[in-house]
Amino acid sequence: MNPIVFGLLNIVGILLALVIGAALLTWIERRLLGFWQDRRGPNRVGPFGSLQVVADMIKILFKQDWIPPFADPVVFVLAPAVVMVTTLMAFAVVPVTASIGIAGDMNIGVLFFLAMTSLSAYSVVLAGWASNNKYSLLGGMRAAAQMVSYEVFMGLALLGVVMLSGSFSLAAIVRAQSGLWFVVPQFLGFVVFVIAGIAETHRLPFDLPEGENELGAGFHTEYSSMKFGMFFVGEYIGIVLISAMIAVLFFGGWQGPLLPPIVWFALKTGVFVGFFILLRAALPRPRYDQLMAYGWKLMLPLSLLNVALTGAVMLTHW
Amino acid sequence: MNITFYLAATIAVLATVMVITRANGVHALLYLVVSLLAIALVFYSLGAPFAAALEVIVYAGAIMVLFVFVVMMLNLGEIAAVREAQWMAPRIWIGPSILSLILTAQLAYMLVSNEIGNTGRAVVDARAVGLALYGPYLLCVELASMLLLAALVGAYRLAETGRSGVIKGGH
Repeated sequence: MNPIVFGLLNIVGILLALVIGAALLTWIERRLLGFWQDRRGPNRVGPFGSLQVVADMIKILFKQDWIPPFADPVVFVLAPAVVMVTTLMAFAVVPVTASIGIAGDMNIGVLFFLAMTSLSAYSVVLAGWASNNKYSLLGGMRAAAQMVSYEVFMGLALLGVVMLSGSFSLAAIVRAQSGLWFVVPQFLGFVVFVIAGIAETHRLPFDLPEGENELGAGFHTEYSSMKFGMFFVGEYIGIVLISAMIAVLFFGGWQGPLLPPIVWFALKTGVFVGFFILLRAALPRPRYDQLMAYGWKLMLPLSLLNVALTGAVMLTHW
Repeated sequence: MNITFYLAATIAVLATVMVITRANGVHALLYLVVSLLAIALVFYSLGAPFAAALEVIVYAGAIMVLFVFVVMMLNLGEIAAVREAQWMAPRIWIGPSILSLILTAQLAYMLVSNEIGNTGRAVVDARAVGLALYGPYLLCVELASMLLLAALVGAYRLAETGRSGVIKGGH
């Protein structure tokens, strides 16, 4: 096939799969939560409630799109776009399979992913500031501190994988795992990465930027209609991104026996998306100071220890 | 490659001018983020992908978020914007402008007369950066780390709380 056509198909395919998948996830999450909490969840619209997404979409698009008169209008509109753009951009470096994926072989793939997740912090911070509302501001400040701190541990947790594979390219990292998944030699790094990933996507139990019981809805209190919808869908795309990265970095990406590579990739990603939802159903929210102390006093030493141990083992055994 | 470079460089210059002329703190910071992203692209087009990635992760992604954080905490609002606008009087900006115009003229002269050093366009990847940092420049890395340690200890002392929870150092 013509490489340009193939490239375009790749981009459009991945984009559509992500946005539709993220929208479907809103329904899957509510069904799964219902299952785990011993209730039914949305089951009225369509077979098993699967058309709930369509109903929600129609509802959210027809709601009044209100920009508060006391808000900073430009930044207020910009904020929800930032989360969508940065998380979708990060997928550019995710190698879905050896041939599918936009720039899986990029020589700074891991760093590009980190750069995009660190930029996505702006969406929450700016939304909190631009809303000009005390609850939003508190949510935005919490988000800024939480995301900047957990980015550090996320980057450090990845270093072990980069050291073992000797490359920042995600496709090369997947190929380096053909013998053994990195989750075995890098178990500590895996645990730190998952926890930091939850904090980066500000999902429960680390959803303090929007903690409903104390902050209304936190940073998106003032948002309505499709602007709120973009935060909502952006959060789910973030979950898919972190899950896909866990699969790529620690579980051999597309590699696996019998089934075609794309099925393996989707399966592995799906398992971690399910894990994210299970965490929401299972764990209570910590206090804010507990979250920060936990990060700096436990996660940071653990991730540094991981880097030091990996280096020591590599020096003695290679 | 040249088009990317000049486009990114133009955006960087324009965004930086906007940083200086904005009266609203957060708006200025947002332009500064754009400027840093453009600089990252300049690095990338000159064959330094590692430096480009670090520029985005460290400057645009972490340091600027902390700047926005501080501006948010101060909650400056309208009064500060008005005061800031008054500071942009001609007698304030004319001095620095003349100085930077001289620098710009020098830069333009060097570009025209081809006295500029050859960048070589060889790709400097993460491995090359690491080898340089921990080889010939090891002493600089150690000195920088000592400086950062001193800053860390200083920050800790300033925010240290006793058993009563009252900040000790901040008076």
